[in-house]
Amino acid sequence: MNKMTSTLGEAIRLAGLRDGMTVSFHHHLRNGDYVLNMVMAEIAAQGIRDLTVQASSLFDCHAPLVDHIRSGVVTGIETDYMNGYIAKSISEGVMPRPVVFRSHGGRPAAITSGRVHIDVAFIAAPAADKMGNANGVDGPAACGSLGYAIPDSRFADKVVILTDFLTDYPLTPASIEETDVDFVVKVDSIGDPKGIVSGTTRMTRDPVALTIARYASRVIQFSGLLKEGFSFQTGAGGASLAVTQYLKPLMKDLGITGSFGLGGITGYLVDMLKEGYFKRLMDVQCFDLQAVESIKANPLHHEVSAVRYASPLAKSALVDSLDVVVLGATQIDTGFNVNVHTDSGGYITGGSGGHSDTAAGAKLSMIVAPLYRARLPIVVDKVLCVSTPGSTVDVLVTQRGVAVNPANTQLKDSLKASGLPLYEIEELKQMAESYTGTPAHNRPMGRVVADVEYRDGSIIDHIGSVIR
Amino acid sequence: MRRSMLFIPGNSPAMLLNADIHQADAVILDLEDAVSPSEKDAARILVRNAISALKFKGTEIIVRVNPLDSGYTRADLENMVPLNPSLIMPTKVSGADDIRSIAAMMTQIEGANGQEPGAVGLMPLLETAEGVLNAYAIAKADKRVKALFLGAEDLTSDLQAIRSKSSQEIFYARGQIVMAARAAGVDVYDTPFTDVNDDDGMAEDAQFARALGFTGKSAISPRHVSIINEVFSPSLKDIDYAREVMAVIEEAKRLGKGAISLHGKMVDKPIVDRARRVLEAARALGLGGAKHE
Repeated sequence: MNKMTSTLGEAIRLAGLRDGMTVSFHHHLRNGDYVLNMVMAEIAAQGIRDLTVQASSLFDCHAPLVDHIRSGVVTGIETDYMNGYIAKSISEGVMPRPVVFRSHGGRPAAITSGRVHIDVAFIAAPAADKMGNANGVDGPAACGSLGYAIPDSRFADKVVILTDFLTDYPLTPASIEETDVDFVVKVDSIGDPKGIVSGTTRMTRDPVALTIARYASRVIQFSGLLKEGFSFQTGAGGASLAVTQYLKPLMKDLGITGSFGLGGITGYLVDMLKEGYFKRLMDVQCFDLQAVESIKANPLHHEVSAVRYASPLAKSALVDSLDVVVLGATQIDTGFNVNVHTDSGGYITGGSGGHSDTAAGAKLSMIVAPLYRARLPIVVDKVLCVSTPGSTVDVLVTQRGVAVNPANTQLKDSLKASGLPLYEIEELKQMAESYTGTPAHNRPMGRVVADVEYRDGSIIDHIGSVIR
Repeated sequence: MRRSMLFIPGNSPAMLLNADIHQADAVILDLEDAVSPSEKDAARILVRNAISALKFKGTEIIVRVNPLDSGYTRADLENMVPLNPSLIMPTKVSGADDIRSIAAMMTQIEGANGQEPGAVGLMPLLETAEGVLNAYAIAKADKRVKALFLGAEDLTSDLQAIRSKSSQEIFYARGQIVMAARAAGVDVYDTPFTDVNDDDGMAEDAQFARALGFTGKSAISPRHVSIINEVFSPSLKDIDYAREVMAVIEEAKRLGKGAISLHGKMVDKPIVDRARRVLEAARALGLGGAKHE
């Protein structure tokens, strides 16, 4: 049996790709990805049209998609996150059909249940053998975990592996197994290592972010969850990441060991694993080179699929056993609803990723954000887009105060002894507006350019075009 | 009570907006070295508007103005004095005459604005060899002088000394300024520690300054504020000991004695004075000793 095709074009033909089908891509190569553009260019050259792109995330490097939308090659996009030029173009109404936004758990749930059908999955593989066993830890474009590609490989009708690092058979470890793979294509390069992972994730030195992180760690300290077996997820940026630096001494003083660190993994969590603060890391996505090296070498650092990470239809998922998650927000309203899809002007700048999944699963879901950015308040009456419903958010931490969701009376009581500046969220909104003034009402939006699907499959919000 | 004073550049809107979140007892809004000559007027307007509009919750406002020979001092004072900051920090002060000229300008400005004369205090920055030598005369030059402040970076340049982390080169200046300030009955503040990535070095430097008699210390990084606050706050052990001292001295008074023994050491007036200062500081900071909570 020969799965190797001589060209990408041949693989596309052999996979039987036709007008109107759905093609899928993963985002482990992040802003360094060459594969999506390479595949879409070949598809366009073959004259295939009216495709739906099912991508776990889209970045600025995927700008050529906009031309494929304009020419009718792409008529649908379903994704968990988008930024850069493609996001701006969608906001400005480049595509007639609304984008479908899902979460990192909602996407695999939709795929495994058959609600989303993938005709051909194109999987960028940093290393693969001739039968399609593939992993993310070897090769020049190593990205670590391939967690988001795993459900695509299992459920797509046809699976095409693209690699620039062909290894001896059988490749071990294999994140994607030959049992699921139809074709293998060798290409010159699958991505630019500089855009795939950052060399090292840098801890912020912004004193406002550090103040927020200090308060956040105190919320965790008084939440009652910081005990033996503690589990934790946090983001890679600003205040979220800085929480880890304040958490470490607290865990050390208490003499506790966490059971697992989850999520997108950075070097800081890798250090905590090495130093014995956590027993395991469960990794759906590596954020930096240290995480890539660790997942390759450390048996306690495990790759997990998007299904196991966060699918609400799995019999259980890791997010369901999570104690604390620290999350960001571009806006949060007085009902604790969080927007991570758009900026304050309504432009799409992101997406849920794992935001709503971890918020729903974790015992304590904490939003960390400055009270204001430049001259805009972050706490508002009503968010421009509900990404994560307020019923799944427990507490907001800003540099000037902490507001607990009134529904969580237990946390409210626990924090009374913390010495933290506690406020109602309405008071934080007023405080923000005392600096920024009261913003003008939400701008009226044009036609719907994106539907936001919650992890359970229901539509929780629509995003309007910024062009009226 | 001022333990920590955090420098905030007068030309940074974002830093001014969040100046009061770092738990510094005072912020020094800087119109001098942080601001280039071409931005002096913009910074003055920004700081003026920031003081008028923002609350600066839980932190005193001090404004560092430009030195007399810069030509900016009067304009700085005219903009800042009417806003009633806690203190004005004049820079490159070399002698009592400098203070007298600045005080005269301030009196004039206060009069023109219907403020009580002498309402706004001074904390001269001593950062030249001449200024350090004249420290006592400067402290006594006017009733407005509430504290002296040592600026080691300019001073070591003037001394042609080599600036080091151990700060041995400013040992004499530190001692001289503490001596002068205490003799004049005013507070005294130490120069900032400039390595923002060395928390241990920061703590050691603050502990040494406290041991020399400084009232508090300034910081150029918000990260240093909590370290300084801790070093310059009485510890719970200090507070408990001070309470024991006060208790035994009451006993001594009852017995008609001037001194009494506590844990095998003699307690007399200097010990009692120190205990009283510790308890005053603890009260001001809302700290309590373990035995008395």
